[in-house]
Amino acid sequence: MNALVVAALLLVLLTLSYQIGWSRSRKLAQGGTETRLHSRPIYHGVLVALFATLPAIVVLGLWALFSDSVAHNFILSQLPASVSQLPPVEVHAAVGRVQAIANGFGVIGQPSPEETAAAGSFASFQRLSFLAVIAAAAALGAGGLFWARRRIGLRLRARTEVEIAIRIALIACSTVAILTTIGIVLSLLADAIRFFTFISPIDFFFGTTWNPRFQSAGTGSAGAYGLLPLLWGTVMISIIAMVVAVPIGLMSAIYLSQYAHERVRNVVKPIIEILAGIPTIVYGFFALVTVGPFFAAAGDAVGLDINATSALTAGVVMGIMIIPFISSLSDDIIAQVPRAMRDGSMGLGATKSETIRKVLLPAALPGVVGAVLLAVSRAIGETMIVVLAAGNSPVLRANPAEPTSTVTVSIVNQLTGDADFTSPQSLVAFALGLTLFVMTLLLNVMALYIVRKFREQYE
Amino acid sequence: MDILAGKVKMTQQSVNTAMNPTDMLDRQIRLTARDVTVHYGAKQALHGISIDIPDRAVTSFIGPSGCGKSTFLRCINRMNDTIEGAKVGGTIKLDGEDIYDADLDVVELRARIGMVFQKPNPFPKSIYDNVAYGPKIHGLARSKTDLDEIVVSSLRKAGLFEEVKDRLNEPGTGLSGGQQQRLCIARAIAVSPEVILMDEPCSALDPIATAIIEELIDELRENYTIVIVTHSMQQAARVSQRTAFFHLGNLIEEGVTEDIFTNPVNKQTQDYIMGRIG
Repeated sequence: MNALVVAALLLVLLTLSYQIGWSRSRKLAQGGTETRLHSRPIYHGVLVALFATLPAIVVLGLWALFSDSVAHNFILSQLPASVSQLPPVEVHAAVGRVQAIANGFGVIGQPSPEETAAAGSFASFQRLSFLAVIAAAAALGAGGLFWARRRIGLRLRARTEVEIAIRIALIACSTVAILTTIGIVLSLLADAIRFFTFISPIDFFFGTTWNPRFQSAGTGSAGAYGLLPLLWGTVMISIIAMVVAVPIGLMSAIYLSQYAHERVRNVVKPIIEILAGIPTIVYGFFALVTVGPFFAAAGDAVGLDINATSALTAGVVMGIMIIPFISSLSDDIIAQVPRAMRDGSMGLGATKSETIRKVLLPAALPGVVGAVLLAVSRAIGETMIVVLAAGNSPVLRANPAEPTSTVTVSIVNQLTGDADFTSPQSLVAFALGLTLFVMTLLLNVMALYIVRKFREQYE
Repeated sequence: MDILAGKVKMTQQSVNTAMNPTDMLDRQIRLTARDVTVHYGAKQALHGISIDIPDRAVTSFIGPSGCGKSTFLRCINRMNDTIEGAKVGGTIKLDGEDIYDADLDVVELRARIGMVFQKPNPFPKSIYDNVAYGPKIHGLARSKTDLDEIVVSSLRKAGLFEEVKDRLNEPGTGLSGGQQQRLCIARAIAVSPEVILMDEPCSALDPIATAIIEELIDELRENYTIVIVTHSMQQAARVSQRTAFFHLGNLIEEGVTEDIFTNPVNKQTQDYIMGRIG
């Protein structure tokens, strides 16, 4: 309710100040024949609106950030001193009770007189502080409004200033994305480092046994945290996925971009892209219920021992998932090869397939490689299909028909259930996550570099 | 009145041809087109073009943009086949053989009728591989030395060999625009075509590179039938022996280059040459 009122007030302030700036600059411009505004009235309006609303927004934002801790400290000061001696959880609960009483919500049990008193003074404090903040915001807004209005003149470069403001806003937005990435990396890094205080990095990166749960449950020791079986599982499944996805995706891209009739393309392309829209958990079902048993039966028929949940099942289904990714990226890249290239080859009497093999694909190759690398980084990070279909058996073995496990699956296993974030059993997830992050980051950087190099050739 | 004017034009044109007996007699006709029409979807781009193109001479097609001269050029080696929705009617014969015949192999046809495009379009391969591309596809070289020979002689004929002989393995895309266009000409020559079609080969080049290419075209005339589409009337006058003027999908006038430029029969041709259309 309060938030709505504040937003409405801000909106009113915004409109009002814009209108004031706009009409004031208009009036100036009409003064005489020689007077000419540097900036159009719209920029003066926007500039005044910015000066009026931004300080108010800053005040309100600060209040939103700090009001909770201010309220907490205020209530604590109203309660008997003994309360602050309690453990943090109970202090929090006591403060919460007072807040609930003050706001008219019910609490369990009869509130004690101290609590009622504290609640009373807190309620009036809340009212007062709200009014104070609104007043401060209004004062700042009005101050900004009048100051900006006084600045309006024929030579005021409002347009330039508004452009600067827009640029700052855009920079701020892109910074958010960068800061988020940095934040994720730092939090991963911090916890991964904590993990490495339990287990040495050498044991982690070069260990061949992955067995974090059983040993700790049985003997109390930390367990074995060898990354290699997981890494191998990830790599093997990714390779199988690529073996499935790259030829099929690439060839369907070639068909669609070079052979298919316009009408066929308009139908087939969206259908292929629907594959990309299927949730991966559904692919997981498909792998578990259909593909896995099919492989097992097919293996039986020819005398091979194939597990229903295996690297093969997960890899093949993941490959199917990645087909649209590769085909639509390659399609774009092949379409980017200039028509002149195709004409040149056809004009020399090359057939369609000769042109594709000898001119189009070599020209598009760097881009296609970039697309494949992007697809690989998706395969490495893919989780749901592998959780369901790979068999969760983190053992180092080369046979793709046997169950296996991957880095992502192990992260899921380590963090589901009761996670205690001080034990290596949980912290290892961050080390795994960091490994995964670094791998996909390197692949993406490589892919982007290759794709960019390819673009330079033709533009 | 109009019909009458048309008749007058026709007779005068035949007079024109008759007036240059040497020009037509010692040169055999290589290509004959009769009533060639092209539709792009519902739009008609060419309205019944009929023309004879002589052997070992340069024939130029001139006319304002969109007049159909490039479209007609692309009919001659069936490059319009690669454009979706393009439909070609009428007949075009190369040495009496219908090139739109169902039995004719397009691939073989394009080996006989080479093409050089408006923008130099070397493949992103080495200079050597660019020239060797056609011979490799058509199996023209029996050995590596054969292939080397074809590449070198094609580059020589295109007047490029001396400039690139030390860097045959460097990418063809690294050459200058004029050199790239000569590389494309060498690439076309390498499959030993009989006819070379050039679609505004100098429009992306500077005057010096243009002069070199024009000189080259003049040399090539001795061994090939050349058809060149050009925007520049000066170029047509400089390099060609015969000129055809296209306007709005029609062939307006065709004849010996000198006559077309000094003494055009048709009013539209006159206007174009004087710079009043286009």
